[in-house]
Amino acid sequence: MSSLAPAPRIPRLARTGRVTQLHVLVSEWTKLRSVRSTTWSLVAAFGSTIAIPAIAAAVVANHWPHMNAHDRADFQPLDVSLAGVQLAQLAIGVLGVLVITAEYSTGMIRASMTAVPRRLPVLWAKAAVYAAVVAALLTPAVVVGFVVSQAILSRRHIDIAFTAVGVPRVIFGAGLYLTVIGLFGLALGAIVRNTAGGIAAFAGLMFVLPPLMNVLPSSWNAAASPYVPLQAGEALMRLHRGDQLAPWTGFGVLCLYAAAAIALAAFLLRRRDV
Amino acid sequence: MPFRFAADRLGTVDRVIEARNLTKDYGSKRAVDDLSFTVEPGVVTGFLGPNGSGKSTTMRLILGLDRPTVGDVSVNGRRYRDVAAPLNEVGALLEARSVHTGRSAYNHLLALAQTHGIPKRRVQELIDFVGLHDVARRRAGQFSLGMGQRLGIATALLGDPSTVILDEPANGLDPEGIHWMRHLLKGLADEGRTVFVSSHLMSEMALTADQLIVIGRGRLIADTSVEEFVARASAKVVLVRSPEQERLRALLVAPGVTVSSGDRGAIEVHGLTASEVGDTAAAHGIAIHELTPQQASLEEAFMSLTRAELEFATLGDVEQPAAGVAA
Repeated sequence: MSSLAPAPRIPRLARTGRVTQLHVLVSEWTKLRSVRSTTWSLVAAFGSTIAIPAIAAAVVANHWPHMNAHDRADFQPLDVSLAGVQLAQLAIGVLGVLVITAEYSTGMIRASMTAVPRRLPVLWAKAAVYAAVVAALLTPAVVVGFVVSQAILSRRHIDIAFTAVGVPRVIFGAGLYLTVIGLFGLALGAIVRNTAGGIAAFAGLMFVLPPLMNVLPSSWNAAASPYVPLQAGEALMRLHRGDQLAPWTGFGVLCLYAAAAIALAAFLLRRRDV
Repeated sequence: MPFRFAADRLGTVDRVIEARNLTKDYGSKRAVDDLSFTVEPGVVTGFLGPNGSGKSTTMRLILGLDRPTVGDVSVNGRRYRDVAAPLNEVGALLEARSVHTGRSAYNHLLALAQTHGIPKRRVQELIDFVGLHDVARRRAGQFSLGMGQRLGIATALLGDPSTVILDEPANGLDPEGIHWMRHLLKGLADEGRTVFVSSHLMSEMALTADQLIVIGRGRLIADTSVEEFVARASAKVVLVRSPEQERLRALLVAPGVTVSSGDRGAIEVHGLTASEVGDTAAAHGIAIHELTPQQASLEEAFMSLTRAELEFATLGDVEQPAAGVAA
């Protein structure tokens, strides 16, 4: 109603695009790389996947002359190289939860869903970008961790060669394992939509469930335990099969858990209010 | 009809928000209750109601963030969810912050632009337009409320939308920012866009809006122009001062017309317009010293229209309605 000054000139947009899955992928890549905490968490996961095996190998190599025959017989050089994966899986799973729950806690999700009201492309893009980043970053990290730790162990001639039977499967399998763990965390975050709840769900299903199986009658425990996410996934990273499922069967079971969680997340994302 | 011309300038006639029997329940609480309205292009439409009256919920329903319990709402004839280039069709500023606090303003806008393949140049252009140039690389979590609102405006205009939906845009802005916002809204409407702006401040809407949609407790109270809104709420009351007060009083009194004593010797005529009183006086040769139509202020109009609604409300349901209107 007032006409004190001319209205500011709103810049016009010459050419407007439309929402495509590819566009949303690029957008999610920008989102992932533009939050400092995410970047640092990934760098920390990358670094510890290399550093922890190196430190573990150095400790074993130094201690080796003092170890008794029994401990020496039990020693698995490949386990040293995977020591970093134990920590990385927690970091990657928690970061997977955060990638989606941070959008809810900050309100960003409303902007995201206003830009892409069909919603599902955002979930697919988040999952794809995060999985690609985890795979691209941590597979090389596991390889480097292996090379460094085995080089240290080779001083005592207790190393294992990359060409030994099963070793490439274990090493590259660790990268795959971490990728699927990341997707599992992301899906749980999308289902729970809350950081604390998402982390609790992830940690509970991954790390609390296995010891909880011990309260079952032992025959049930023996039958069910190989199928919990952690044990199933770790089957891929065992050189010698113990109580676990066969390596790729176990990994397949972990993939099924992740796929089921993503499917539930997608179903809920379509239905719920943002 | 100036807005028809303006609408044609952008090349489309069908630029409207249309709500039909829109209803939203959250559990047992009904936030929006059978709301039907149309928002036309080319004018600023104010969406007015006390805090907690369902304005933000209605806007979320328009944007497809919430799903209506009953009814539906369309933008330019389609459900928002079915639009191919949503940011080009609707730009929104939501009341609650919708920005990741760890991301810079530039990257926030860039990520949203990229969903539509909108170039980086556009992002920079809007950062300059809303005056955030100096802080664009800072984390949005460090922004003041006013800077956050400016970032929200940049987000809303990113896709050069034909419809703009702004929830309480004046919140947190300094006087200069509010002035800028008013002109921005007028400018957007003058370009033929549909502009839908919510506020709980009547005074702000009086300066900004042409049309008004007023709701209370989720229900439609009025859907009208600002002028009509005031006229409807103002009773026909005229203040008259005349040296022949008693003669005039006798002439005016009729069924449906009452005359009472006003302040300082004036009389107050209820039920006639100022021109009717003036004509009667002229016909009988009576001198008139003052003849003032008593028009309700927008605040009074708003209060009288929403009072009935508010009386049903329990204290918890509507937060400080009086404070909301008076400011």
